[in-house]
Amino acid sequence: MTQVSMTVNGKQASGDVEGRTLLVQFLRDAQGLTGSHVGCDTSQCGACVVHVDGQAVKACTMLALEAEGAEVSTIEGQANADGSLNVIQQAFQDHHGLQCGFCTPGMVMSAAALLKDNPKPTETEVRDYLEGNICRCTGYHNIVKAILAASGQDVSAIAAE
Amino acid sequence: MPKDGGIGASSKRREDIRFLTGEGNYTDDINLRGQAYVFFLRSDIAHGTINSIDTSAATGMPGVVKIFTAADFEGVGSIPCGWQVTDKHGEVMQEPAHPVLASGKVRHVGEPMAAVVAETLAQARDAAEAIVVDISDLPAVVDMKDALKADAPKVHDDLKSNLCYDWGFVEENKAAVEEAFQNAAHVTTLELRNNRLVANPMEPRVAVGDFARGTGDHTLYTTSQNPHVIRLLMGAFVLGIPEHKLRVVAPDVGGGFGTKIFHYQEEAFVTFAAKACNRPVKWTSSRTEAFMSDAHGRDHVTTIQLALDAENNFTALRTDTHANMGAYLSTFAPSVPTWLHGTLMAGNYRTPLIYVNVKAVFTNTVPVDAYRGAGRPEATFQLERVIDKAAIELGVDAVALRRQNFITEFPYATPVAVEYDTGDYVATMDKLTEIADLAGFEARRKESEARGKLRGLGVNCYIEACGIAPSNLVGQLGARAGLFESATVRVNATGGLVVMTGSHSHGQGHETSFAQVVAEMIGIDENMIEIVHGDTANTPMGMGTYGSRSIAVGGSAMVRATEKIIAKAKKIASHLLEASEGDIELKDGAFSVAGTDKSVAWGDVTLAAYVPHNYPLDDIEPGLEETAFYDPSNFTYPSGAYACEVEVDRDTGQVTIERFAAADDFGNIINPMIVSGQVHGGIAQGIGQALLENCAYDENGQLLSASYMDYAMPRAYDMPFFDVDHSCQTPCTHNPLGVKGCGEAGAIGSPPAVVGAVVDALRSSGRDVTHIDMPLSPNRVWAAMQ
Repeated sequence: MTQVSMTVNGKQASGDVEGRTLLVQFLRDAQGLTGSHVGCDTSQCGACVVHVDGQAVKACTMLALEAEGAEVSTIEGQANADGSLNVIQQAFQDHHGLQCGFCTPGMVMSAAALLKDNPKPTETEVRDYLEGNICRCTGYHNIVKAILAASGQDVSAIAAE
Repeated sequence: MPKDGGIGASSKRREDIRFLTGEGNYTDDINLRGQAYVFFLRSDIAHGTINSIDTSAATGMPGVVKIFTAADFEGVGSIPCGWQVTDKHGEVMQEPAHPVLASGKVRHVGEPMAAVVAETLAQARDAAEAIVVDISDLPAVVDMKDALKADAPKVHDDLKSNLCYDWGFVEENKAAVEEAFQNAAHVTTLELRNNRLVANPMEPRVAVGDFARGTGDHTLYTTSQNPHVIRLLMGAFVLGIPEHKLRVVAPDVGGGFGTKIFHYQEEAFVTFAAKACNRPVKWTSSRTEAFMSDAHGRDHVTTIQLALDAENNFTALRTDTHANMGAYLSTFAPSVPTWLHGTLMAGNYRTPLIYVNVKAVFTNTVPVDAYRGAGRPEATFQLERVIDKAAIELGVDAVALRRQNFITEFPYATPVAVEYDTGDYVATMDKLTEIADLAGFEARRKESEARGKLRGLGVNCYIEACGIAPSNLVGQLGARAGLFESATVRVNATGGLVVMTGSHSHGQGHETSFAQVVAEMIGIDENMIEIVHGDTANTPMGMGTYGSRSIAVGGSAMVRATEKIIAKAKKIASHLLEASEGDIELKDGAFSVAGTDKSVAWGDVTLAAYVPHNYPLDDIEPGLEETAFYDPSNFTYPSGAYACEVEVDRDTGQVTIERFAAADDFGNIINPMIVSGQVHGGIAQGIGQALLENCAYDENGQLLSASYMDYAMPRAYDMPFFDVDHSCQTPCTHNPLGVKGCGEAGAIGSPPAVVGAVVDALRSSGRDVTHIDMPLSPNRVWAAMQ
C-alpha cells in the first residue's frame, strides 16, 4: 500500500492505496464520493468522468497514484456554493436531460469540459464530443438540447414534446 | 397554455436534484459494515461436463473468507420460472432446473461455477484465478434449427429434447387460415431475423446480502424493477425464507429495460452467503459479466405470410417463429414469444384470420427474456415489414395499403384473443403525415441525390398491449403470479402526504408524475406529496414496473387509495362544518358546503384526523391512511405511426438517420415532458437495434460481443433530434386515469421504419431489395447494393 494525496473538490484527500487502485475506486470507496459511477470495464461509457487539473478524465483510466498532487473535481463539487444547481445542471433539469441518472454525472462533467473549450458549440460538435459518454435512457435528444441551452443558445426551435 | 402543476403539466423532475449533484443512492453506493465481496468464477465454454472443481489452492489465499460451489447449495431450490406455457398439444412446456451455481454441467458462457467471498474484490478475483476446474467440453448448440435436429446435443440431459414448447395460436383458426391462403389473390412471404440484443442499462447489476443473527432477518439490496417479486420468488422458491423475514430493497436503479425484472442467481447467492459467512456480502457486476449474465432480448427467426384479396384487403396472416430461450428459462421468458407476441399479430389491421406458431428452443447461450417491448417489437417488426413487402410486390403505396386495412371501429375484438378498447389509427397516421412532412419527402430526396446520397423513407404503425395485467386473464395464460398493483396513501397531521407504491421507478420519473396525480385530485401543491417506492419494508405488496404498466396499473391503485382518503376526509369535514356529507365539495385543497361560503382547509381536516378532539369518533376511526389494490379488466392498447428518413452512402453503405417522427396515442397524459423523454429513449433503442446492436455468438457458443468495444451501443452522433407528438389521445376506457402507458412504444415502433427507409433508399437507385436483416451495418447495406 502506498499513500496518495490530492485535492478533491477543494479539500485535501489522502489515503493508502494499492498500485492497481483506480482513481474512481479511490474516490468512491475511500472518499465516499459515490457520484462518479462505473458503467463499463473498457473506458467507453463515461459515467466516471471527473476533472483532473482542469481536464476531463475518465476516472477508470487513471490509477489513483497517478493523481498524486492533482486538483480533482467531481460531480459532488459542481453545484453553486448555496447548493443550487449550476448552469449546466439546471439546464439538464429544465430540459429533462436525464432519466435514470446513472450516466448523468459523467455527462455533466463532460459538458462542462466541452463548454470551457468551446463556449458555443454546434449540435454536431456536442454530439461528437459526447462520443465517450453513453446514455441508454434519453436517446441523447434532451442531453444535447440541455448542453446547447447551457451554452446560452436558443433551443426553443428544437422539438420538446 | 401549459399547466403549472397537476395532471397534464410538464413538471420538472424532483429526482433530478440528487442525480445531478452526485447524491443518488444506487445499490453499488451501499456499503455495509463488515462487508465482504464475492467474485464469481464463470464458465468460459458454452457446454461441458464439470469433472471437478479444486479450490484447495485458492482457499488459503489472502483475504479469502469462503469459497462456494454447487455442493454448498444442496437443498436450495431452483431459480424459478414465473410463467408456464401450454403447447398446441395441451402439454406443459419442458422446464429445466436452474441451479444457483452450475451443477454437473455448464450450459452457457458466463454461467457461474464457483464463488469466492473475500475481504476485498481484488482478493476474491485473485483467489478465483487459483481455482482449478476440470471440465470436459461437449458440443454446443447455438443455432435454433440445429438444436431441434434429432441428433443435436441436448442442453439438458433430463429433458426429451431442446424444444421447450411448440405453441399454436389460435389453434382453432388454423384450418380456416389455410383455406384463406388457398383462396388468396396474392400471398407475400418474408423470412427475417429479430436480432439478439442486450438491454444494457448503464448501471450494471449489483446485489448486497445482509443477515442479522439476532433476529434472523435477511435483507437484500438489489438493482431490481420489482423488489416484491424478487422477495416472493427468492424467498418462496429458492431459499425458503418467509416474506416477513426477508426485506428486499431496490433503491435508485440506473435503468432496467426489462433485464432487471428477473430473479437472478447472484441475488440468491449473496442472500445465502451473508448467512453462511455471517457478514454482508456484496456483488457488483462488471460490464462483461453483464453481457454474459443479464438476460438477453429478442432473438426470433420468423417466416411470416400475408394473404390479400384482389382488392388488397388483408384476408389472413400466418407466422412461424423460432424463439431462443437460451440455456435456462428466465423469469418471464416463456411468455414473451407467446402471449406478448402472438396476441399482437393483428396489429392495427382488420385481418380476420391469424395463426401463429412458435417453437421455443433451448441453446447453449445466455437466457433470453423480456427487453423493452418484449414480444411486441418482434410482432410489430414482422407484420410491418411484410406489409411493406406486399406493397412493393403489388406496386401500391405502402401507407395507402395500411390505411385501407386499418381497424376503424372500437371496441375491436381481434382474432388473436384480445379486445382493443380505443384507438384512432387514421388520426395518428394523419398527425404523422403532418409532423414528418411526408409531402416534402420527394424534394428532400432530390436534394440528397444532388449531394450523391441515396435517401429513403420508411413509415409504419404499431399497436402494443401494455399496462400488463389483469391477474385472472394472465393466470389462465400460465402466469404464476398476480399482476395487480398497490398503493398506500398516508396523510400526515399537517397535511403532507406520503404515497407508498408497489411500482418502481428506475428512470421513469414516478416521484414527479405520481405526485402530480394526487396533487390534482386533492387540489394541493405537488411538493406536499412524497412518493416512496423500492423497499418491501415500507411499501405494500406490488408487482413492480415493466410492460408500460406503472401509471395504468400503479397509478390507478394510487387513484383508488386517494379516493378513499378524500371520502374519509369529507366525512371529517362534514363534521367540522356541521353539514351533510353529501353537500361537501373538495376544490383547490379546501372542503366547502355546497351553496354556502362555509369551508375548511385541507390542513384543518388532516389535523382533526390526528388530533380528534372535535371528531365523530363514534362513526369513523381517527387517522388518515388508506391502501388500495388495483387489478384492471383489460390491457391498454397504445398505438401510433412512425416515420424515418435515412441517407445511405453509395460507396460505403453507411446509414445516417436524417429525420425521425413519431405520432403516438397514449390516451391521457400526466407529464408531457416525461412522456416525450420515454419515447425518445425507446426510439434510440429501436434505432440501435436496427442499425448498430447485435449480440453475436460463434458456432461454439462463444460470446463475441461482451464489451462496449464489440457491442455497438448508440452514441449521441448516431441520433437526430426526434419529432414526437402525443396529441392524438383516445383515453383508455377501463382505468380511472384514461391512461395507456408509454414506456415501450418507441422501441416497438421504430425498427421497421428504419429498415423500411433503408430498403426504400436502395430501391430508389434501382436495386430490387425488399428486406435486409438487422442490424443494418454498412457491411450488410453495401452487400445489398452490389
